[in-house]
Amino acid sequence: MSTTAQEQAASHDHHGAPSGIKRWLFTTNHKDIGSLYLLFSLLMFLTGGAMAMVIRAELFQPGMQLVDPHFFNQMTTVHGLVMVFGAVMPAFTGLANWMIPMMIGAPDMALPRMNNWSFWILPFAFAILLASLFMEGGGPAFGWTFYAPLSTTYSNDNTALFVFAVHIMGVSSIMGAINVIVTIVNMRAPGMTWMKLPLFVWTWLITAFLLIAVMPVLAGAVTMVLTDKYFGTSFFDAAGGGDPVMFQHIFWFFGHPEVYIMILPAFGIISTIVPTFSRKKLFGYASMVYATSSIALLSFVVWAHHMFTTGMPLAGELFFMYATMLISVPTGVKVFNWVATMWRGSISFEIPMMFAIAFIVLFTLGGFSGLMLAITPADFQYHDTYFVVAHFHYVLVTGAVFSIMAAAYYWLPKWTGNMYSETLAQWHFWLSLVSVNVLFFPMHFVGLAGMPRRIPDYALQFADFNAIISVGGFAFGLSQLLFVAVVFKCVAGGKPAEDKVWDGAEGLEWQVASPAPYHTFSTPPKVD
Amino acid sequence: MNLANLKLFHIFVPLLASFSAAASDYNMRQGVTDVSNEVYQLHMTIFLICCVIGVIVFSVMFWALIHHRKSKGAKPAQFHESTKVEIIWTAIPFVILVVMAIPATKTLIAMEDTSKSDLTIKVTGSQWKWHYEYMGHDVDFFSVLSTPKDQIANLQEKDEHYLLEVDKPLVIPTDRKVRFLLTSDDVIHSWWVPDFAVKKDANPGFINEAWTRVNEAGIYRGQCAELCGKDHGFMPVVVEARSPDDFDLWLADAKQAKAKAEQAEAASVGATLSKDELMATGEKVYMAYCAACHQPTGLGLPGVFPAMKGSPVVNGELKAHIDILVNGRPGTAMQAFGKQLTLTEIAGVITYKRNSWGNDTQEVVQPGQIQAFIDETKEKE
Repeated sequence: MSTTAQEQAASHDHHGAPSGIKRWLFTTNHKDIGSLYLLFSLLMFLTGGAMAMVIRAELFQPGMQLVDPHFFNQMTTVHGLVMVFGAVMPAFTGLANWMIPMMIGAPDMALPRMNNWSFWILPFAFAILLASLFMEGGGPAFGWTFYAPLSTTYSNDNTALFVFAVHIMGVSSIMGAINVIVTIVNMRAPGMTWMKLPLFVWTWLITAFLLIAVMPVLAGAVTMVLTDKYFGTSFFDAAGGGDPVMFQHIFWFFGHPEVYIMILPAFGIISTIVPTFSRKKLFGYASMVYATSSIALLSFVVWAHHMFTTGMPLAGELFFMYATMLISVPTGVKVFNWVATMWRGSISFEIPMMFAIAFIVLFTLGGFSGLMLAITPADFQYHDTYFVVAHFHYVLVTGAVFSIMAAAYYWLPKWTGNMYSETLAQWHFWLSLVSVNVLFFPMHFVGLAGMPRRIPDYALQFADFNAIISVGGFAFGLSQLLFVAVVFKCVAGGKPAEDKVWDGAEGLEWQVASPAPYHTFSTPPKVD
Repeated sequence: MNLANLKLFHIFVPLLASFSAAASDYNMRQGVTDVSNEVYQLHMTIFLICCVIGVIVFSVMFWALIHHRKSKGAKPAQFHESTKVEIIWTAIPFVILVVMAIPATKTLIAMEDTSKSDLTIKVTGSQWKWHYEYMGHDVDFFSVLSTPKDQIANLQEKDEHYLLEVDKPLVIPTDRKVRFLLTSDDVIHSWWVPDFAVKKDANPGFINEAWTRVNEAGIYRGQCAELCGKDHGFMPVVVEARSPDDFDLWLADAKQAKAKAEQAEAASVGATLSKDELMATGEKVYMAYCAACHQPTGLGLPGVFPAMKGSPVVNGELKAHIDILVNGRPGTAMQAFGKQLTLTEIAGVITYKRNSWGNDTQEVVQPGQIQAFIDETKEKE
């Protein structure tokens, strides 16, 4: 078996990539699929960002100026869906596709044809979702959390399109996750034992298990919404014996692990980049693995902290408060480990490292507000206000998205064979760093002062901060065009990158040429 | 203390000082109940703990970033684990959490104890208004946003309480334990008054409980906190807390007013109003209750809310039109307005709809016809 595989792999060595559109449509190559995922995610990031701009433009001043409240609700809903399922998750899957085989010394993903499918159904899912915005009645307007009965009895007829789109996204994620698990379990190079796995691989392995555990739960939730709305069932309708709060339990049983799905790979990226530019081994490798696993396990028993105001029994509130507070322990361990890695290192500040440092500080801020939100009595005041919006944008934008940016800068030279433009990258980093805080930091203030989320218009005392937030929003949004410029410039050309792009980098991916050849590790490397 | 530490303190200390100011535009309100004060204390405590941890961790990190730079010739150390350190920095946060959990648990238990209340008020949310019912006192009313549409459309200057004002605020006594029973007629809403630290979801088909005991008379403003459809942002909560004596007077007045309204309602059955009168009443009612969905233009929102202009119901059989207005249409966003509007108002708005935006039935509907319809349905049941 192994010999035939090797022979086959060897016979592939001599041809490069096929050309034309067929290369991309029919590709089973992990690098091509990785690139497709990453470009798709960039496109969705800009699309979701454009929607955020509409939101921020409307909220620039009190009063209704640009859009009507119904369209505003569509924008907040689709912005959330596009960013979660279209930008962040596919970006991580793209990174996994590119890097996991190269990091574990495998020639490709274990299931390359399924890999092709798991990507190519995604554009259809988003085409369906985005098309519904242009149909009579508009797209989904019930928030990305689609609480019943707003999403069932009280939604418009295009809800079926939303349900179908989410189903496809879920199928795509599950296939991607299966592929990651099978690849990591079966295709590690000889000598690559579990505790030698790069942390990015570890975090993705755990993420993949989370995906397989919870995406079917989401599928169940949307299916029940579908049958409640169109086929007369009453899962979430009290009049027929159902319970609208049960929807929230089911949704958040998916939703909370989902937020860790969007942050665990980020932990892996930061744990890769910080040691490289500190020129020092990652502090506490084993505790990083255990911390990631415990965060993943805890993520299954904290879901109802999103629902403290729904009227849970006291015992339930106490349990979910304690369990949620507990998550800060392994998360803290991670931050301490990164700081200890930098301590007495030999640190330099290349762009990936800059993003990683920004991640550590700003993600930790988001972690702090998360800890505050865990305190149930205080959560009654924070819940469904801009304080929550500030919290999850700190962990998702300056957390997940910044880690993706860091990863892109870190591996772009390996992918393209060219160094990125340092000047453009510097501008991108600094503009992003400043504007993202102008955008999200004042949200803490308006939230504490009492501004609810998901409102298209607000009371006058919130006006000043909202104007500032909107300015930050536009600046952050426009700054991302610089990133697009960096990527395309880097693909087109630039200073040739060495095979080992960063002098402090470790890992198998730096043993292959830059740009990485179409086929790598056809013969597995030996890891000692 | 090292340099980096000092720098961070210079940023944080003034920030903290300004944070502790009461009722600010950028911090949580202390509010006017014992519970809201406890919640505020919890909020500030956990906030300060986070600040201290942040200052320590980031000081260490920035120290390393400044002093352990490659450009300064720093040579990397070789250490990469230490069981002792790792146990310490797992244990310390754990202890902090336990310390934090104790007061949080106490406050939470107090917040959930709705027993021994002096007054019970049933709060019902619907798209997009609140209904308050004083249980056992036969007083109930709707509370609707009173900000003029022109202010929202930027045609008029916005007043001080823009979007946080209602036609009839909820009135409660101070120094009494008031229990709220919350539910909803349609989607999930959430009743929130920041000054009381009360936020509780109103779930259709279920009843939630909350309570407050207000220490100071005054007017307190909040909003619906759960996305409840198009006009979620236009559903304020206004509560007026009065001294117990004032409250009793108000309650007696409210009871009288209700009795008077019932008399007027009975009298209206026999009245015959002119078309102009009905159209004028109807337009007012339409703009206040119907226009949010069906739009002032009568065109509705295609695919979401049906148009009134050319509608088969509005231009069809009168009885069906009265039926949908009085009883609503189950399974859709169309509410039952029978209990929300007077007979005259219903007659007016039906007359208005049947003779506006090009609808030309020429029909004039009198309050007596509405009463007749209601009696007829009752008989059938």
